[in-house]
Amino acid sequence: MRRLIALLAVLALLPAVIGPARAEVTIDITRGRIEPMPIAIVPFGGDSAKAKKLGKKVAGVVGADLEGSGLFELIDKDAFIQEDLSLGVRPRFADWRAVNAEALVQGRAKLVSGGRLRVEFRLWDVFAARQMKGLAYFTAPDNWRRVAHIVADAIYKRITGEKGYFDSRIVYIAESGSPKDRTKQLAIMDQDGANRRYLTDGGHLVLTPRFAPESQRIVYLSYAGREPRVYLFNLQTGEQERLGTFPGMTYAPRFHPDGEHVIMSLAREGNSEIYTMDLEDRTPTRLTENPAIDTSPAYGPDGERIVFNSDRGGSQQLYVMRADGSNVHRISFGDGRYASPVWSPRGDFIAFTKIKGDTFYIGVMRPDGSGERLLAKGWSVGSPTWAPNGRRLMFYRETKGGEGEANPSGLYSIDLTGHNERRLETPRDASDPAWSPLLH
Amino acid sequence: MKSKVLTVFAAAALLAACETAPTEQAQTTGEGQAEETVVTEEVTEQTPAPGSQEQLQQEVGSKVYFAFDKSTLSEEARETLKAQAGWLKEYEGVTVTIEGHADERGTREYNLALGERRANAVKDYLTALGVDPNRLRTISYGEERPAVVGHDKEAWAKNRRAVTVVD
Repeated sequence: MRRLIALLAVLALLPAVIGPARAEVTIDITRGRIEPMPIAIVPFGGDSAKAKKLGKKVAGVVGADLEGSGLFELIDKDAFIQEDLSLGVRPRFADWRAVNAEALVQGRAKLVSGGRLRVEFRLWDVFAARQMKGLAYFTAPDNWRRVAHIVADAIYKRITGEKGYFDSRIVYIAESGSPKDRTKQLAIMDQDGANRRYLTDGGHLVLTPRFAPESQRIVYLSYAGREPRVYLFNLQTGEQERLGTFPGMTYAPRFHPDGEHVIMSLAREGNSEIYTMDLEDRTPTRLTENPAIDTSPAYGPDGERIVFNSDRGGSQQLYVMRADGSNVHRISFGDGRYASPVWSPRGDFIAFTKIKGDTFYIGVMRPDGSGERLLAKGWSVGSPTWAPNGRRLMFYRETKGGEGEANPSGLYSIDLTGHNERRLETPRDASDPAWSPLLH
Repeated sequence: MKSKVLTVFAAAALLAACETAPTEQAQTTGEGQAEETVVTEEVTEQTPAPGSQEQLQQEVGSKVYFAFDKSTLSEEARETLKAQAGWLKEYEGVTVTIEGHADERGTREYNLALGERRANAVKDYLTALGVDPNRLRTISYGEERPAVVGHDKEAWAKNRRAVTVVD
């Protein structure tokens, strides 16, 4: 017994012995479950009352971003020993080690000539007592949130070795009104829910918005004029235009990673086929030819392969084909119906919706169909969409409504490992989220 | 007992009158021999106009229903559509839009495809019965416009439908 205690004591000491000798603070996000890294983010200082206020807000958003990823744990400010850590002061690393911080972020906001805001930050490795990263950004003061997200992305990248996803947006469908005649509007917001605005007035039904690779255009389905067709929305000009002149419903649009083509379904005489359209000359090219339903196409990140949904085998399953429509093969073989596939921007996984029995799931599989894992479930979940770094997924979840009521719906995100599911609050019900690529 | 039965009949007759359904007045002779009956139908303000959506709904039926994940027409659906075809031939100036719908237990885009398939199954059948296809437009609403707001099997069965709507 005594011996066991002694052994445990040695084991308990080990991390402390190894810790300071470690060369660098890193998180290997390719591992399964990750213990969040303790990080201290000091409120950014400022040289004026206004700058100080902005600095504090920037640090707050940086902290919320990092914590929201599930990879970092924010150390409570009340625990800080070194309180007035302005940027000009070198951290007292012993004080930060004492509060178990592995990484430390300090920063400063300054209003410079032309009324511009300058935000500077430094990221420190507390154990090695070394600066890991230091950068400064200039912008309009109103744009402080974007700077905060860019800082968070820089920290995330330095520590994980992977790109972040914080400087990005979500386009989605805001829902309200009667369940029989639901009002649906295109809405856009920052990835953390800030800066929300509505792009359509709800006068006609709109569904399934998706971003172009440069994040300035959106394709979506609109019922304007009681004709369901794919539309293109230009965020810079506010212009909306119908894509092509098709004799039937066009729907399920997504951009090609080159931004110059849109892939979609055309339904004609009861048969849905997949087409790709060149945005330059608006010529459509048919890719499938099958009496079954062929829909929900999505390109892989290299644009060479397409995953789509078809019931050609008798039930809803996932198929992959080459970009020219050749070499079609089924990839989903599990028990249940599969739908709404979307390829990870890293190329390593395809996310999907699965319906099995009375339950809906969000899952991922390898592009060859192997390694299926179910990450989230609910009475109804759908429209998975990848964070720009392929590390998180967002989707919508409906809970069963009361008698005579619409199903309440909202947006959620979850880590690729299936951990750290979080709800993203929206003022109205929300569905069909689509995540933009990184904006910077 | 007798008076109770009469009351029930009276109520039923009243209901029937309210719905402006035809009421039959049979006159019988003492021998129990039925004579030719005379059908009287009251034309009120509520009586639907000829060729209107209301008339189609009340006298023919505007909806047909589908099994889960299917777009095949049941025997019952075919009967309704035969009546619709007859009605459409009677009112030749009428054009209609056939709306295809799915229940909420699917995925949005697949349900749009399914709704379109259902609307076209109706269009194809009406065309086969001799209705000019140029009078028949189709639109799919997928799962977006439920007829019944409920979240159980009965509600879903009523929402898997195609509705013929007079333009």
